[in-house]
Parts: sequence; C-alpha cells; structure tokens
Amino acid sequence: MIIMRYCFFISLTCLLRTSVAQESTFKTNGPDDYREGKHLFANATIFTSYNFKIQQACLFVQNGKVVKAEPCNTPVTELQKIYKDWLVHDMTGRYIYPAFIDLFADYGIAEARREQKEGGPQPESNIKGAYGWNQAIHTDFHADRHFTANEKQAEEWRKLGFGAVLTHRKDGIARGTGALVTLQTTDKENFLCIKADAAAFFSFQKGTSTQDYPSSLMGAIALLRQTHYDAQWYKQVRNSPPASANLTPITEYNINLEEWNRQLNLPQIFDAAGDWQHILRADKIGDEFNIRYIIKGNGNEYQRADAIKQAQVRLIIPLNFPKPYDVEDPNKAAWISLQDLKHWELAPTNPAMLAKAGVEFAITTADLEKKEEFLPALRKAVKFGLDSVLALKALTYNPAVFINAYDLIGSLESGKLANFIITSKPLFDDKCEINEVWIQGRRHEVKPFEARDIRGEYLLTWQTPEPNSHRLIVSGELSNLKAHILQKDTQKIEVKFTYREQDVQLIFTPDRNTKHVIRLSGVVRHNEKKWSGTGELPDGRRFTWSAEHVKNILPDSVTTVKDTTQHTKDLGKIIYPFLAYGNDTLPAPGSYIIKNGTVWTNEPSGILRNTDIIIRNGKIAEIGKNLQCAGCKSVDATGKHVTSGIIDEHSHIAISQGVNEGTEASSAEVRIGDVINAQDINIYRQLAGGVVAAQLLHGSANPIGGQSAIIKFRWGYLPEQMKIEGADGFIKFALGENVKQSNWGDKHTIRYPQTRMGVEQVYYNYFTKAREYEAAWKSYGSYLSSKSKSNPAIVPPRKDLELDALLEILQRKRFITCHSYVQSEINMLMHVADSFGFKVNTFTHILEGYKVADKMKAHGVNASSFSDWWAYKYEVIDAIPYNTALLMKMGICTAVNSDDAEMARRLNQEAAKAVKYGGLSEEDAWKTVTLNPAKMLHLDHRTGSIKKGKDADVVVWSDNPLSVYAKAEQTFVDGILFFDIRRDEEKRSEILAERARLIQKMLLEKKSGSPTQEPVRKTQQMYNCSDGEHVH
Amino acid sequence: MIDMKCNFSVFSRLIRMSGKICIGITFLCAEFASGQADVPVPSPPQKQPVYLTNATIHVGDGRVLQRATIGFDKGKIIFLEENPTFKTDETIGRVIDCSGKHIYPGLIAPNTIIGLSEIEAVRATNDYRETGQYNPNARSIISYNTDSRVTPTIRSNGVLYAQVVPQGGVISGTSSVVQLDAWNWEDALVKEDGIWLNWPSELSGGGWWAEPAALHANKEYHKQVEAIKSYFKEAKSYCAAAEHTKTNLRFEAMCDLFNKRKNLYVNATRVNEMQHAILLGEEMGMRIVLCGADESWKIAGELARKGIPVILGETHDLPGMPDDDIDIAYKTPYLLQQAGVLFCISIPGAFWQQRNLMFQAGTAAAYGLSKEDALRAITLNAAKILGIDNHTGSLEKGKAATLIVSTGDLLDMRTSHIELAFIDGREIDLNNKQKELYEKFKRKYGLQ
Repeated sequence: MIIMRYCFFISLTCLLRTSVAQESTFKTNGPDDYREGKHLFANATIFTSYNFKIQQACLFVQNGKVVKAEPCNTPVTELQKIYKDWLVHDMTGRYIYPAFIDLFADYGIAEARREQKEGGPQPESNIKGAYGWNQAIHTDFHADRHFTANEKQAEEWRKLGFGAVLTHRKDGIARGTGALVTLQTTDKENFLCIKADAAAFFSFQKGTSTQDYPSSLMGAIALLRQTHYDAQWYKQVRNSPPASANLTPITEYNINLEEWNRQLNLPQIFDAAGDWQHILRADKIGDEFNIRYIIKGNGNEYQRADAIKQAQVRLIIPLNFPKPYDVEDPNKAAWISLQDLKHWELAPTNPAMLAKAGVEFAITTADLEKKEEFLPALRKAVKFGLDSVLALKALTYNPAVFINAYDLIGSLESGKLANFIITSKPLFDDKCEINEVWIQGRRHEVKPFEARDIRGEYLLTWQTPEPNSHRLIVSGELSNLKAHILQKDTQKIEVKFTYREQDVQLIFTPDRNTKHVIRLSGVVRHNEKKWSGTGELPDGRRFTWSAEHVKNILPDSVTTVKDTTQHTKDLGKIIYPFLAYGNDTLPAPGSYIIKNGTVWTNEPSGILRNTDIIIRNGKIAEIGKNLQCAGCKSVDATGKHVTSGIIDEHSHIAISQGVNEGTEASSAEVRIGDVINAQDINIYRQLAGGVVAAQLLHGSANPIGGQSAIIKFRWGYLPEQMKIEGADGFIKFALGENVKQSNWGDKHTIRYPQTRMGVEQVYYNYFTKAREYEAAWKSYGSYLSSKSKSNPAIVPPRKDLELDALLEILQRKRFITCHSYVQSEINMLMHVADSFGFKVNTFTHILEGYKVADKMKAHGVNASSFSDWWAYKYEVIDAIPYNTALLMKMGICTAVNSDDAEMARRLNQEAAKAVKYGGLSEEDAWKTVTLNPAKMLHLDHRTGSIKKGKDADVVVWSDNPLSVYAKAEQTFVDGILFFDIRRDEEKRSEILAERARLIQKMLLEKKSGSPTQEPVRKTQQMYNCSDGEHVH
Repeated sequence: MIDMKCNFSVFSRLIRMSGKICIGITFLCAEFASGQADVPVPSPPQKQPVYLTNATIHVGDGRVLQRATIGFDKGKIIFLEENPTFKTDETIGRVIDCSGKHIYPGLIAPNTIIGLSEIEAVRATNDYRETGQYNPNARSIISYNTDSRVTPTIRSNGVLYAQVVPQGGVISGTSSVVQLDAWNWEDALVKEDGIWLNWPSELSGGGWWAEPAALHANKEYHKQVEAIKSYFKEAKSYCAAAEHTKTNLRFEAMCDLFNKRKNLYVNATRVNEMQHAILLGEEMGMRIVLCGADESWKIAGELARKGIPVILGETHDLPGMPDDDIDIAYKTPYLLQQAGVLFCISIPGAFWQQRNLMFQAGTAAAYGLSKEDALRAITLNAAKILGIDNHTGSLEKGKAATLIVSTGDLLDMRTSHIELAFIDGREIDLNNKQKELYEKFKRKYGLQ
C-alpha cells in the first residue's frame, strides 16, 4: 500500500510538472496541458484568517489562488450538482487554516563555507572585486539568486503546516536580502519565489568572514553603526555632481554600500542570537537610524518581557524548549546552573508571556534540534498559556504583515495564494493531524485522511445461489476497527476486517468445526452507506455480495477531562536578573537610618564615631548624632564601620562577548556601553564586597582601545539602567607589551605597532587625523553657513565614529584611562597629550608611576594602580607595592583597582596594602578605592564620600574596612539595598530549595518517558585587560 | 645588642633608631649591596644563642603564649616559656626585646613554582614543564633558582619555606621543599617530598575566549583514568622486581611512592575526580594528598575518616558556579577544619603572589576559622602534609628556629609587618629589590 501511494505521488508530480497553470515565458515540450485547477473544499470549518472562522464553509480555489471562502451549508452531493466545473472535495468535519509562514529560514540556500586560511592576522577583506572593506558585510547577497527548490527540505516544513518561508543565507553581520518562497516543488523556482528582496537581514555574528575585524560583539555593533553612516555619506557623494572635475577626487564605487542603501526600504530583520539583551542591543542600533527591526530572538525573552515590550520591537521567536536534564547523578546535576534549570521550566511560557506583555511576534521553526519537534512544541506553548488565536496569528498574520506580504499570504481572502492546511481536528488539539497542505493550489499529502467512520450494523447478503443473510457489526476504534457476524442473535463469529477508505475485505469462518474460510472483497459507497463486491466460498465457488447499513452503534464515549491549568501552576518565579541571587521583584529605593556607626566620611570631618546617617530618595539626607527618622528602616551599626561604597576604576566584569576589539591599532569606535551584561553574577559578588560602581574598560590589546561604560551595580536592572546618568565619556588607551603584541605568539608580528616607538607614532597619526577631520567639518560648517550656497558640489566629510571619539579627546569631552607600565611610555603619552593640548586623565596599572611621579604631578594626571602585582611579564619587573603610597605622597590622586573579578570583591584589602607598603594613613588608603576613583571618573560631585546630598552609595562593614576580617554587611546603591548579608543567607536556602524542586520535577519527567539532555556546565569568561590573547 | 654584620636589616634598623641622620649611610650601603647583587646575601650559620623576649608567641599548633620568650641556638629552638623567670641579658647571647610584637613560625608556601619561573610571560625564564606526559623523575630542585628576584619579596612578608612543584603533563615530576635563604639548590633543599599527578577532568569543552562553550561530560575520562592506573601498576611491579636488566628512570623515581616515603600529590577539583584518586591511592598503597580540591568540602567527612590530607588552592577565589555560596572559597578551610580534615592553604596560581599567603589565611579566619587555625593552615599543617613537621612548622623545642616577628597581627594587611625573620637560627636579610627601588625614588623626590 505504501509503495502504491508512493508511485501514485510520483506520477502525479510528473503529470503536474508539465501543466504549469501560470502564464509563463517557458516553452513546453509537447502539447500544452493548461489547467485551471478549480477546487472547491466543501463543508469544512475554515479559518479565513487567524481570527475569523466560518463553520460549514466552502473554499474556492482557482489557478493557485483563493477565489472566495463563504458559508455553504449544503450537502456535498448538492454542491457537486451546482459546481459542475469544480473539483469538489468533501471536507465534512475537517478544518482549513491558512498555511504557516516561517520568516527565519535558509531553505534552498547553500550554507556559506568558511575559507581555509593560514593562521595569523588578516586585517583586510579577502573578497576580490568592488566590494566593501569588511568581509562580514554581505549586502550583495540576494537569496532569490541563489535559491533552488529542495523537495526534501520543503517536505519537512510542509509536514508542520508551512506554506511559505522567508529564506536567507545565515552568514555575516549584514546578510543581504531574503526571498519569500513557497514550499511546493511542482513548479519551477520562477513561480515559487513570490517576493524577491522581501527583507534585509543582519546579525551580530561575522560568520564565515576570515577578516580579523570585528572580533567582539561591540566591534560588530560598531561596524553596523559605521556602515550606516558610510552608506549615508556614500549616497550623498554619489548623488553630487562634481564641482570641478579636476579638483574632486575619484569617488569610490562600492557594491555593498549601493546595496545597503537599496535595502534600507525593506523590512529589516535582525538575528539577535544570544540572550535577550541582544534584542535591546539591536533595538538601540535601530533607534539611532530610525529603523524598527524585526528581531529574531532566542526563546528566553520572557525573562524581561516588559523591557522587550518597551523597546517596541517585533520578534521572531523559536520554540526551542529545552529537554529536561538527566539529573540522576547528583554530582553531574550540580553542573547545571539554576538559570538553566529554571529556563527549562519556564521556556514553554515564553510565547504566552510575550503575548501577555503585548509584544507582537512571529514563530519560527529555527533553533529546533529536529523540525518534527515543532508542532508538539507549539501545542506545549498553548498549554502553557498562549492563546490559540494568537498562536495562529504568530504563524500566519504576523509574519505576513511583518514583511509586507499580507497581500499575498497569511490569510484565505480573495486573491491571495491558495496556501492552506487541512486538518482532522482543531489545530491545537493534541490529536490533531495535518493531512494536507495546499500551496499555490498544489496539493501535498502529509498524512492520509482518517478513513471515514463506517461503524454500525450492516445486513450482509449474498446468493450462492441460495440466499445468505448475516448481521455484521463493525465497531472499535476508528484506527483499529473490528468486525463480527452475529449468528442467531447471540453467536459471535470474528471477522478479520480490513478497511481503507473505499475498500473492504472480510474473512471469516462460519463453521468452527470445518474451519473453512469465506473471503469477501468489495468497495464502499459512502454516500449510500452501502458496500458491494465479490466473494469466494471454501469450495471455490464465487458469488457477489452486498452489505447495507442498518443502524449506527454508538462508540464508547471517551471522557477526557482536561485540566488546562495543570501546566502553568506551580511554576517558579521569574527573577531579576535571571540567575542565582536574582530577586523576584526589583529592589527599590527606601528610607534608612544607619545608627551609631563609625563613619569614614572621606571629607575634612574625617572619621566620625557614634554617628547616624539618614538615607532618603536615594541620597544621603543627613549625617549627625542621635538623628531621628520617622518611617525609616533602621540599621544598627553599633560597633560597625560605615563608608561610601567602593568604586573600581578598572573592571572588565558585566561585559558580553569580548572585552577587546584588538584587531586594529585603534578601535576608538567601539563602546563597552553597547555590551553591558546585566546578568553577570560578579555584580552581586562584588556588591557583597562593598563595590557600588565601576568603570568597565575595553581591554589593552591596542594603543587606542574602546569607549568605557561607567556603571553602578544596580543588580537586576537593565543594562541601560546600570549606566551612570550623565557620566563623562572615557576611553581606554594602552601601552607596552600588549599593544605591541609581544606575548601573542610568533604569528603576531604584522599589526602595527611592534615597538614602543611605533606606539607613539600611532597616537600622532590618529590625533593628527582627528585634527584634520575637525578642520574638514569646520570648513564644511562654514560653507553651510556662508551665503554662497550656489555650489552644490560640496559634500560633508565622511562621519567617522573612530575619529569622532578621538576628536572628543582633543576637545576635552572624552577622557583617557591608559593602561601603562614602563616609565618611558608614560612619559611619551604625556608628551603626546601636551602637544595636542589635552591632558591624560588617568594612567591605570601605572606600575612604574613611582619613577615619573614628578612628571605625572606636573601633567596633572591621576593614577590607578594594582596594589602589589608584578613578575607576570617583562614590563612589570620593576613594579613595587610601594607605588600607591609613593604616588599619594607625591600629591597624585591615586586609586587601587582590580582588573580582576575576584580581586574586585576584596578591594578594601588591596587598599590596606598601601598602609603596609609605604605607610599611608588609613584614611588616605581608604580613599584609594572610594573618593579617588570617584574623582578620576569625574563622579566625586555625587559619590565617593559620605556627604549630605551625595548619592546614598553606602556600605556597612562588620569591622574596620581595611581589615582582612571586615565583611560588607549592607551595600546600598542610590539608597537601594542591593546586598544584605542576612538576605544573602536566605537567598542561599532559596537557591537550594528551588534547585531541589526543579530537579525532582525533571526526575519525574524522565520517569514518565521524556527524553533528556546531558548535564552541561556553562562557563563564564572572566576578563582582564589583555584577555583574548595569551597572557594577562 | 646589635649584630655588626653589614646587612640590610641591620641598617634599616639603624635608620629606624636614629632617624634622618643615618640616611646617607643607608644609601651608601644600598649602593654597595646592589653593586654586588640585588638579591640579599644569604646569612651564615647561627653563631650565638638568640632570645626574643616579651612577645605574643603563636606556636603554630593552636597555642598562643603571652609575654613569652623564645630562645634558640645552633639553629634549633632551645627555650620557649610564657612569663619566664629565666634572666635574659647579654651574657646569655643576643637578646631582642619583642614587647608588643607577635612571633610566628616561618610560613610554608606549598604548591608553587617560585624559583622555577622568573617572569611568567618570558618563556626563557620558565623551568617547570618538562615535555611528555609522564615525568616522575624530573626533579624540581634542579631547576630551582636561589637567586630569583622574587624570592626576597616573599621572605620579607614571612614566607620562609616553599614547596617547589613541577607542572604539566599527567605526572609532572618530583617536588621539593626548600628554605628561602640559600646560596644554591643544595643549600636550599629541605626534602624531596613527592610526585605530582594531574587527575583528568570530568568535564571537557571548547569555545573561544569571548564565548566559552558549555562544558560537558568528558567522554574520555574513564579511559584516561584507566591509563593512569595501569601506569602506576606497571611502576609498582617494576619496583617490586629484585633487579632489572634495563633501568627505567621514570619508574625508579616512583618507588618511594609505594613504600610511602614520598607523597603522591594529586591535582583534582571535583568530587568524582577526588574519589577516583583516593581509590588509586588505596589500591596502590600510596599516601595521597589532594591538591586544589575545590569541592573537598563536599566529601570532608570521608577525607577526615580516611586521613586524606588536602592542600587547598587560593582562598581568594571565585565560586565555580553562579549558584554557589558567594563565599564558598573563603569558607572552605573552615568547612574542612570542622570535619577534621588535615589541610593547608596554598597559592598555586601566580608564584609572585606567595607573599600574600598570610592574607589568604586571614580571609579564612574572617570566614569561620579561628586565627590560630588559620595560622596552622600555613605552618604546622603544611609541615605535616609535606612531611617536615619533625623539623619545622611550629615553635617547639628541638625544632628548627625558623620564625618571624611581626609588628601586629600577621594575617591582617592592616597590621602585618615583618621586622625580623630567622631560618634555622640565622637572621635573614629582609631587604628586596622593591624596597631598594622605593628608597631610590623616595630619595629622588626627597620623601621621608
């Protein structure tokens, strides 16, 4: 039977190949076989769109398009008479839905291959031709030009109910355009591609590009931003007629920028693979260029659905619900983080939570291990609270509307493509099967229709020639029918019964003694409820027979009580951030009175004993003795020390995917602020060490690094909310071994600079360029403001984000924190700054600062040092632990920093080492991790000391904060209690309890037969300055 | 009374005593010394008895003696008493009044590459990793550089012994315990104490630096463990043979493991790894010491019952998992102590960090351990584990006079300041290159 159907399918395909219904430029081999394809699907429940249902309806299809869908409460036999020129399909009891659309497919597109290349740097693109400078920008790729239909792939999608996909090549940061194609393969691609260039695609991943830049997430973001500006400028340049032909330089022709500009009007789809923070990152780029991206998410958006809603993005979401982990081995189960355990439980709520938040989304099959997981996952999403109407919307209306294709597909309205699915039951019913998918009027069988119900009592008669008559009873499950003959009303004779839609076979033994077998074979006339055929007696005589339906037999009623709430009850809470030690509500500012502590003010008043502090509205409201505060929560600090919070001048925590864009000598255009990772556990750990703020720095892989982000440790808040409002802009510079790649291995001898003398020239070169850039803009500005605008040929200079940042330095709007070790280079950078008329703000590490302290003092630069690090590389052999004390004694504002996620939570101890080495006073030592870093980050007007009106960044310590025995007991940031040592104890128990609950739940799932996944241990990269390379 | 040998500690004491007047002399001396070498001159053997009086003496075994005196001669402790009636004046030898000060045993830094590397990033200075996977016969003492510029910076904080450990491969080599004031490695050697094994990791994974991939079960783990086992079996049977026609130097080096004259130090992190390592020790009849042993607290009861000692890694470490107690590394020493495990604290990471050993112990004291137990974790316990406790590790009569005098609490950077240090009764020079540079530039700027 299977073979038969297969053959039938083949022949149908071949037949249809030659019968293109469309008008076409193609010549036919042999006589034309033009057909109108007029189909009438009768008496179905038809969803003409996701939210409009017609019962007892007829769908008319002609030439691959919908003619109309309307109620037609008429028996099929009647319809056949009325619509004689239509192929009438009896769809009684069946359901018809618009076929689904997948916006995130690579169907029929060959995967991009990464070119094999030798190790070592590749600063430039290796694509030949008039293309752009970066190999990860593929705007020249048009999916329609590379698309070839692929029956095997198409069938996988069709089985799930899809009729069309937006296909593109998943490679690169700009991926070119996608084509909307249908999933039939009967016709040639010319008829399948229903919308070429239907959308432009982007991502943060450079894919197969072998070019070095960008190597980090922030680099990818910078590249996108710069390419936008380049494309704008390019357009202006190309559109301006030359002023005087001999003066205007030759303008470049650039395929990628041409295409970029052409594609700006298309829907813009952004693949934000990673965590939900990527969605906000993509959205932020969109805001800058007035683009509302359609963003492909990751299935974890529920973790911050409110933020996603606020960003007003439209999403494409996968249904990649994780399998439970195999947690039977407790040691291996311990590898799995609470975050992953919780995600397993809550992932199926993702669509429902997004819907609840009011986010518009389309659903994709992407990211599933196997495509066949799709429908079960979809139904799971519905069980976990997704409204089935919205589910259908996310598969039909939304994807069509997102890419402006609702005039073609997405519903079954007149004139649209006849892309629909036929099912046996309502779509979201567990037992629903998709039977057929029709695409552009082409039928594709997914699974044969369930045979029609023929259960009942029949009167079976034949003549041999003497008349025979039997009562035949057909009963049982539809999928497993049984039959027997009743003799003399009580005697049951089992019948071996086979039934396939229009054929029946009956084999039985009327006389048990003889065991002789009678065999009947016949056809079913469903309309007349009558069977007829031929049979053979045990003795070989043949005869004809018939069976007439006498009465119905009621099938055993199966009662299934469905508890629709069972899946969503007892779910764990969402926590902020979504990992261990997150809070189930975001902590808010409160009013506090911290009573009777020893207060280290960092102000002229020094250390005050038995002193109270009142915190209100996020600020330090009052400092004094015996203060009263109605409505304040009281913190007893008797015997304890109270200080302003620690500020880490040099941190690399809370950064996503790369701290260095060290592929070029300058990466001034990249911004740590683009890649803040609010989900870093180190934020919480450092709050527990009394740290309230940090400068998140780019690494030290190149002389001119990237722009810093200065954040407060607002645990659980969004990345943008962590940035300190109105903070000055800073940028990382670096000197010495890292930037000259001394310790990167033997292949890294190409990138300029390789020596300290080269480093100096890098600065002169870039700052000179920045000056010229400034001049170019000035002259453009004066041209714009001049009266004689008659000459239209002057185009603005190219906006260069790298030079913008450098110009900000020259204009004293951006400030340098420079990684530095050796005295010669420290000296050098101060000379460079002097010659360009600005000051270096901070030398960080500055381990030989003590050798040039007088010069530093004269320059007015700050120092931010390690307490006692040395001997890890050649340039630190002269580092001394007395550096901090000596610099302080020389009157240089000096901080002690961490550059290390572990040390950062003990910066109080590191500060104390300046007492040990060099005999700094305790008050001065304490300032090296509080007031002094605040000063060098230009934040001392609002934080860094205990002073009325300053931000309530306050820490209560169990002991003298410089002591190894001191613990931070409470840490307030802006008056919000983000760390409390007692609450921390509770959290630990809560984490244990939540883990245990989830593990038990997973064990049950495994027991009930669910497939599982192996435990994995997610790792987190701890960055320090030169990470990404081979030394620190 | 003052020793008149010209060394830095004498001169720095001179400065402290007489203030500004002596500055000129000090610098003459500094220049003279750095003309020779910027590594201080090793001190000669103890010539006369020395008594340190009126001090708070932390014995190292948990006891604290108030207003106590310690005396030593010919390198050995000969006297230790609280409120002694014994008369101490110049007639009995050199007497140093240590009123208000604290005396501790010299600290022991286990599991480090001090002396095997001078500058981490400069390959030519690295002498700790031999090629190949099984190098039991590679002896760290041969690489040990007594003239490292780093060692003096560690001594001046009170670390007077180190266990110098080869790295890499499966069996890295043989470690040695050294004292840190020596002319050459023969002088320095206290004991060649054991062989180092890197236990395979249960987890493996890939990814790249910006996006590390998740770690998953190491599929080769059991195979790797089997390979180690069979190597040890072969070595053991080799050692059992009466004679050999051909000598296997690698196996020869392992024979002392099977008679327990040497320790087998095993770097292992997770519960299963440690359990498997212990099994190997039991099967082969070896004395196992677990090193690193992040998760040792999870099996502390069993470690105590079986008498398996642990050399913990840094207390100043991040938890392995976001879910872990944020202070898990801080309190692991306490958890082991509670269970009765013999453990000590080490800094396997940066060799130059050994000077912070006492603060690693200090943090353990902030998180549950008593201060004396914290001290024990860097003195007597370490000595016991390395098998040198009959020689040093605590201040007891008959043991080596290896001790330090601190202005205040040794474990707290607020007060930790080493004024005097003795190794085998020899007062050692506490100067180092960094102090010299400090003095040099203070002089340049006219700072006090």
